[in-house]
Parts: sequence; C-alpha cells; structure tokens
Amino acid sequence: MTAITLTVNGKTVSADVEDRTLLVHFLRDQLRLTGTHVGCDTSQCGCCMVHLSGRAIKACTLFAVQADGESVTTIEGLAAKDGTLHPVQAAFQEHHGLQCGFCTPGMIMMATDMLARHKNPDEDKIKKELEGNLCRCTGYLNIVKAIRAVAEA
Amino acid sequence: MYPAPFRFTRAKTIEEAETLFGKSQDARYLSGGMTLIPTMKLRLVAPEDVIDLNAIPGLSFARRDGDRLVVGARTRHADVSASPEALQAIPALIHLASHIGDPAVRHRGTLGGSIANNDPAADYPSAVLALNATVKTSRREILAEDFFTGMFSTALEEGEIVTSVSFPIPRRAGYAKFPNPASRYAMVGVFVADFGHTLRVAVTGAGPCVFRHTEMENALTKNFTPETAKAIRISPDGLNGDLHGSAEYRAHLVGIMASRAVEAALA
Ligand SMILES: Cc1cc2nc3c(=O)[nH]c(=O)nc-3n(C[C@H](O)[C@H](O)[C@H](O)COP(=O)(O)OP(=O)(O)OC[C@H]3O[C@@H](n4cnc5c(N)ncnc54)[C@H](O)[C@@H]3O)c2cc1C
Ligand code: FES
Ligand code: FES
Repeated sequence: MTAITLTVNGKTVSADVEDRTLLVHFLRDQLRLTGTHVGCDTSQCGCCMVHLSGRAIKACTLFAVQADGESVTTIEGLAAKDGTLHPVQAAFQEHHGLQCGFCTPGMIMMATDMLARHKNPDEDKIKKELEGNLCRCTGYLNIVKAIRAVAEA
Repeated sequence: MYPAPFRFTRAKTIEEAETLFGKSQDARYLSGGMTLIPTMKLRLVAPEDVIDLNAIPGLSFARRDGDRLVVGARTRHADVSASPEALQAIPALIHLASHIGDPAVRHRGTLGGSIANNDPAADYPSAVLALNATVKTSRREILAEDFFTGMFSTALEEGEIVTSVSFPIPRRAGYAKFPNPASRYAMVGVFVADFGHTLRVAVTGAGPCVFRHTEMENALTKNFTPETAKAIRISPDGLNGDLHGSAEYRAHLVGIMASRAVEAALA
C-alpha cells in the first residue's frame, strides 16, 4: 500500500492505495465517484476519461499512485456548486447528445478538453478529436452537434 | 482488469532509476504507460518493480541545437505536436506525432517509450530511421541504424534508459500513414527525408520491424516526385500479412504512402 494525496474536483483527498490500483477504480470504488465509467478496459473507448492536471486521459490506463500530488477532475466536478450544468453538459442535453449515457461522461470530459485546446473546432476537427471516444448508441451526429454549439456560443 | 501486484517507485534521477532497476529481479520503466499498462493488465508482463520515470527532471523538451532538433525521451506526443521549435525544424515530425492514437493517448505517450517498445506498427521509429537520428541513452549514443534490431527489440541493454533523440534537420521531409481504422497504428507508414546530399526512406507497419527502402531511395534521389514513388513495384516478400491486410495489400500501400509522403514534403 502507498499513501497518496491528490486533489479531486477541487478537494484534497488522502488515501492508501495498492500500487496496482488503476485511477478509475480508485475514483469509482474508493471515492465512490461512479460517473467515470469502465467500458472496454483496454484503453480504446474513452468512457473512463478524466482530466489529470488539466489534460484528458484514460483513467483505466493510469495507476492511482501516478496521480499522487496531481489534480484530477471527473464528470462530477464540472457542474457549478448550485447544480447549474457546465455549458458542455447543457449542450449535450439540449442537442440529445446521448442515448443510454454510458459514454457520455467520457465524451464530455474529452469535449471540454478539446474546447480548451481549440478555439472554434469545425465538424471535421471535432470528429478527429473524438477518435478515442466510442459511442454505441448515437451515431455521433448529435454529440458533434452539441460540441459545435458550445464552440459557436 | 488488475495487473499482478508490483512495487511502484518514483525515481528522481536517471541514476536512481538505473540503481533501482539493477536491484530488482524483474523491473520495468514506466513512461507514458500507454503500452506498458495495457500489457500489464492483460498479464502479458508482470514485473516485480515498476520504476516511474515521470518525476525525473529534464526529460521533456524539444529544442534546436545547431542543425539538429533534440527531443527529450519523456516528451509526450501532444507536446511534440505543439512545439514551435519542432514545427519550425521538422514539420513532418509534428504531422507524425499529432496522428498517433487519439488525444488522450497523446497526452501520456512519449517518444522514448515508443522507440524503446519498437512496435512494428509504431509511427516514431520511421522518423528516427529516415532522419538518421541519434538515440541518446543513460550510457551511450546509438545510431538509428543500430537501434531497431527486430520486432519489439532494440539495442538497449538491460536497464539502459533512453534520454533523448537528436534528429538532423532535413531540407524537406514528409510522413504518410494508412492508419488501422480501429487502433490508428500504422498499417503502413512511410517517412521520406531529403537532406540534399542523401535521401532516406523508412517504412513502418509493413514488416516485422521498421526498415529502409533503398530502391525507393535511389529512385527518389533521381526524381523526387509522387509518381516516381508510386511506380516502384514493392515485393510482398517478408511483409506482414494478418487479419487487417495481406502482405500484397501492405506492399501496395508502401508505394501509395511513399507517394503521399513525397507530396507532403513538396507541399
Ligand atoms: C489506444 C492506443 C492507440 C495507440 N495508437 C498508436 C499509434 O497510432 N501509433 C503509435 O506509434 N503508437 C500508438 N500507441 C502507442 C503509444 O504511442 C505509446 O505511447 C507508445 O507505444 C509507448 O510509449 P509510452 O511512453 O506510453 O511508454 P510505456 O508504455 O511507459 O513504455 C513502453 C516500454 O518502453 C519502456 N520504456 C519507456 N520509456 C523508456 C525509456 N526512456 N528508456 C528505456 N525504456 C523505456 C518501458 O519499460 C516499456 O517496456 C497507441 C496506444 C494506445 C493505448
Ligand atoms: S475503459 Fe478506459 S478506455 Fe475504455
Ligand atoms: S449514448 Fe450509449 S454509448 Fe453513447
């Protein structure tokens, strides 16, 4: 076991973790932040995406010990304290960017990361940036539409 | 999926990392983790010790050094993609780095990890070989020609750490890959580098290990056009055939990717 201290959604968290614990399991099982999902578990689908010190990463492909001293933002950390949705969350709702919702937390964490890196991504850019996020329901059209809407706003 | 238990240690210096490695029965270095962690989860490897290189200072940079571009081993693909020095010196390298996997993979994966792993379908080995780069390690300098020794194998000794790669800056260069539609790894990727006095072509994805194509080099030296590249008949002998494509298909792709790489170099 290793003692780690990190910031999760703005709060300092200290915990003992087994060295082999993946960040996604630490978030879900120890911190009970179950918005971050495990889809493929093989680094392909992006359902587990969170921000590690400001960058979107796959939490199934990082050990929790690697996040020691860093800051992590999960889907639970996006909305305002009073519950007002983050603009990307609101746009996914508005534009029906989800059906079953399983991929949605990862899609939204990728979308917020993408919008931070690109000023006004066009449809083609958005599709390329979503390379590492798989959705089995929507056919992506409304996901792209939702992200475009935020980019344009 | 959990990997088998192991001990995690964050090394603060190269020396400390090598010492830790030497003391362990079975250790692995951890850089971006984009290959190591998935293979540990699948229990294809189960090291006793994982030695993290991520806290060692001075391994993440891209800077001009005379007629060379030097890139630190832990420079992540996203940081190479966004480097103004790299863009100015070797734009083809930016193109390559920004087409590896997906954004989250590029946020973690590193140059050193990629070449140390030497996946037959990895992108970076083609740039290292075509640009005739020098790989700097904790112990010595290794020429690209001697570095990639076979499928998933390199000239690195037990415990040796890649610290940077020094790329000579070509007059012009281009990279084109046909990505596997699922993984984005190269079905075939071709890097063409023209130095004026010499011209080098390296092919990845097509064979068990990155290789130079001398016939293509000779033809392009005489006539640097996409048509020249496309006109060369590539033999499928020794190329990879698998569920993604036959050796014949890959041979055909080598010519097409080479012509696109030349087109990119001329653009
Ligand atoms: C979904 C997905 C898609 C991908 N797509 C592509 C793609 O399109 N093209 C492509 O080229 N790659 C692709 N990759 C691989 C990616 O580029 C990895 O970053 C790369 O293969 C390994 O680099 P790493 O830094 O993650 O190394 P790690 O996984 O940390 O390490 C890999 C190996 O190298 C050793 N090692 C690491 N650093 C050093 C060092 N400095 N010195 C000595 N040994 C070292 C490790 O011990 C380990 O054995 C993909 C990966 C994933 C998960
Ligand atoms: S669960 Fe992490 S990428 Fe699919
Ligand atoms: S909404 Fe169901 S997987 Fe995307």
